[in-house]
Amino acid sequence: MRINLTINGRQRELEVSPHQTLLQLLRDTLGIHDAKEGCGEGVCGACTVLLDGRPVSSCLVLAPTAHGRQILTVRGLEEDGLHPLQEAFVRHGAVQCGFCTPGILLTACALLERDPGADREAIRRALGGNLCRCTGYAKILDAVEAYARGL
Amino acid sequence: MGPVETPPRRAEELAVIGKRLPKVDAWGKVIGETKYADDLILPRMAHARLLRARHPHARIKAIDTSRARALPGVLAVITGADFPPVKFGILPVSQDEEALSTEKVRYVGDAVAAVAAVDEETAERATELIEVEYEPLPPIMSIEEALAEGTVRIQEYGDGPNIHKLVSLEFGDVEEGFREADLIREDLFYFEGSNHLPMEQHAAVARWDPDGKLTLWSSTQTPHYVHRTLAKVLELPMSHVRVIATPVGGGFGGKSDPFSHELVVARLAQLTGRPVKCTLTREEVFYAHRGRHPVLMWVKTGVTRDGTIQAMHFRSILDGGAYGSYGVASTFYTGALQTVTYKVPRYKFEGCRVFTNKPPCGPKRGHGTPQPRYAIEVHLDKIAEALGLDPAEMRRRQVVEPFSKTANHLTITTCGLEECIDRVVEASGWREKHRRLPPGRGVGFAASSYITGAGLAIYWNEMPHTGVIVKIDRGGGVAAFCGSIDIGQGSDSVLASVVAEVLGILPEDIRVVTADTDLTPVDLGSYSSRVTLMMGNAAKEAAEKLRGLLLDAAAKKLEVSPAGLVARGRRVYLRDDPERGMSFAEAAQLAEAAYGTLAAAGSYRPPRRGGKFKGAGVGPTPAYSYTACVAEVAVDPETGEVRPLEIWIAHDGGRALNPLLVEGQVEGSVYMGLGEALMEEQIFRKGLHKIPSMLEYKSPTTLETPEIRTILVETNDPEGPFGAKEAGQVPLLPLIPAIANAVYDAVGVRVDEIPITPEKVLKGLDQKGKGQEPRVGPERFPRVSFPEPIRVESAFGQPADLSLKRE
Repeated sequence: MRINLTINGRQRELEVSPHQTLLQLLRDTLGIHDAKEGCGEGVCGACTVLLDGRPVSSCLVLAPTAHGRQILTVRGLEEDGLHPLQEAFVRHGAVQCGFCTPGILLTACALLERDPGADREAIRRALGGNLCRCTGYAKILDAVEAYARGL
Repeated sequence: MGPVETPPRRAEELAVIGKRLPKVDAWGKVIGETKYADDLILPRMAHARLLRARHPHARIKAIDTSRARALPGVLAVITGADFPPVKFGILPVSQDEEALSTEKVRYVGDAVAAVAAVDEETAERATELIEVEYEPLPPIMSIEEALAEGTVRIQEYGDGPNIHKLVSLEFGDVEEGFREADLIREDLFYFEGSNHLPMEQHAAVARWDPDGKLTLWSSTQTPHYVHRTLAKVLELPMSHVRVIATPVGGGFGGKSDPFSHELVVARLAQLTGRPVKCTLTREEVFYAHRGRHPVLMWVKTGVTRDGTIQAMHFRSILDGGAYGSYGVASTFYTGALQTVTYKVPRYKFEGCRVFTNKPPCGPKRGHGTPQPRYAIEVHLDKIAEALGLDPAEMRRRQVVEPFSKTANHLTITTCGLEECIDRVVEASGWREKHRRLPPGRGVGFAASSYITGAGLAIYWNEMPHTGVIVKIDRGGGVAAFCGSIDIGQGSDSVLASVVAEVLGILPEDIRVVTADTDLTPVDLGSYSSRVTLMMGNAAKEAAEKLRGLLLDAAAKKLEVSPAGLVARGRRVYLRDDPERGMSFAEAAQLAEAAYGTLAAAGSYRPPRRGGKFKGAGVGPTPAYSYTACVAEVAVDPETGEVRPLEIWIAHDGGRALNPLLVEGQVEGSVYMGLGEALMEEQIFRKGLHKIPSMLEYKSPTTLETPEIRTILVETNDPEGPFGAKEAGQVPLLPLIPAIANAVYDAVGVRVDEIPITPEKVLKGLDQKGKGQEPRVGPERFPRVSFPEPIRVESAFGQPADLSLKRE
């Protein structure tokens, strides 16, 4: 079936199969690899993308349901260079292996869009669906908090 | 590349080392550009899937692949018969694995056949069309079953029917020590196995080039060992095999073995003439495993009234799963490091690893040492209570002596553990909290030590453990080449930082080229916390050679002595007259004109400082790292839930080359330890993993991870580059016993079995309510026919012999 959607600001018209997931569409069809697969069942958060500004596990979203909607992957965060939250991740040591990083950045961006002054507890709650096995979350929270507080 | 704006005032002050600098690979990761193995796409690439056994133990009678071959889109189907009859395994003493099983399957998940097809879905469907006729054999699913007489054998080698390894060593006369003790205590503990759960599922891509050479890209922590294994199993000269480790999306030990899928894609690529990729599913990652060994432990310690250890006797039985993997080393590691944290003048260790029909266990962060550390730290907590002593103070008084030897002939260099203990006791308010918090709240203390790289390579050889080549181009660009692989721990950044410090430039001026067996000198791999110290020393040596050439060439031009010059801030200049000098690039050009192409190699092999007895190979290292930890928890008496509230952890990893990265390693270790302490377990029912998914295999999220107060205690170790030791493993070890001890402080229940689940806490509370012993844990230690111990004189208290320097 044919769908229209916008990915990182670019409109696309694509042929998809009914059972294809949005993650498969991004990775296998379009070669957009910044969404990662960590579990394939919507638990780990590595495949998080923003669907009309809301974080979703793209491995659980069927591609046809993305018809007419806006998809943002982590590549879409950059405008003139890195998004300040990406800068904060680099500066605060929030990245180790980096596999969870795109999903966490997007989840955090969506939170801060909704609640720009989110405190550490709010950030902690918002990131509860994104697993990271490297960092113990400490420096991730530091980075998001620093950005939220304009540091 | 201009000069750095503010060069440090004093030339002796380090410019890069010790600074909180970003990781050199962080930029690629925050924009999602880093290419992990599954992100690789090659033209005409085919996709592979493995068919895995559904029986835990069975003979393979016949395999019919005809229906799979007939499926449109299938390019090749292979079984074990398509490989030379060559077995492999990470350790030379345990060559017991096959790329695809030929005669038997030994656990649910053992690979028996593989398909390459035009896409993953077709490959998956084709595997379902392969018919395997099995003759089921009785499965052996526990330590007790493995030790029973007259059962069916899983492997045809080892120290007993289903015993892989038996070890028995005694250093000094422990019975004499027990006679001198005022209190002797014996305890039993069990530590359940757990998976590494890396975020990235293992993946590999193989390609054969027209000249008959193989390239394999793989998410591996040990490209060098994969290189050797591919050459061995495919019967190729090593020179025809190139292994490139892609950035690893989390390893923790789980990507340190050569795996079936790596061999399978290589063979399929050869047969199909196409590149072939295989990415494991999450379920397959649970079955590929190589994770934490379940270990049953018995420990007996004799102490004097003030808690001073006189002798310790420790026994472990490891449930190894179906194959050897690193198991022989794991077995030794459950006994080797008991003597490195506190003074243990006499020590006896008996260890046993059994085979069972479960996924093979191997190294997970702390490799073989978190289990005994948990046992001993809880055991000492009980001893302190029995003697009416403060458990932190009792331990502090018997921290090992720096620059001394242990009973089992291990050489300790620096040790900052006393300060670590003081710092966490102070920061946590330990003295005000221990045994003083209201019911349901408690604090626990524990400490630990770990190696900074194994003293011996996995296979015996006289060569270096790592090598670095540094090259400078005419524009002043610097490239550093090393076989090391960044698994998130920051090895690329360490390489860049060390070279930058020596050459007086910045990490971002350096291109690191790593983990490519064609392009880079061998590094044994990202395991045993070896990379920072070993690669760092090699990098320092290589960079110092080049700095020598640069300073010589610049000195001639400036007509001064090279001894008066320094390389700093992207310049080479006179120490006493910083205005007189030149840019780094100009110095490089002068040096190239004078000496030819600017490239230099450095390499490193650890000192040979172990004992001379059989089994002395596991335990030695250039330097030991130390950690002390206090955990505060809340325990809900209604639900049995243990909630960690705050963790204070002080870590001696030598000089922190980059404190930001060291803290990251400490925090990550704390987190992983919490998961093991409270929830993670690799458990089986009827041969099947009970919970092989991220949904059911519980691991801590942000909501279960408390605030971590990290304190870095810096020693300056003579063995490490700029004084560095290790950071990635030792901080995991004390977490688990600290939580167990905190639970006891909170509710008076001893959970002598990991993980400390709500069910176990409730059971203990129930027993306590009934006036029974409030303890949950193993009740007996099975009979094991340990051999007569190898008796070795205790080296306890002897001074370290540092004349055995690096060779």
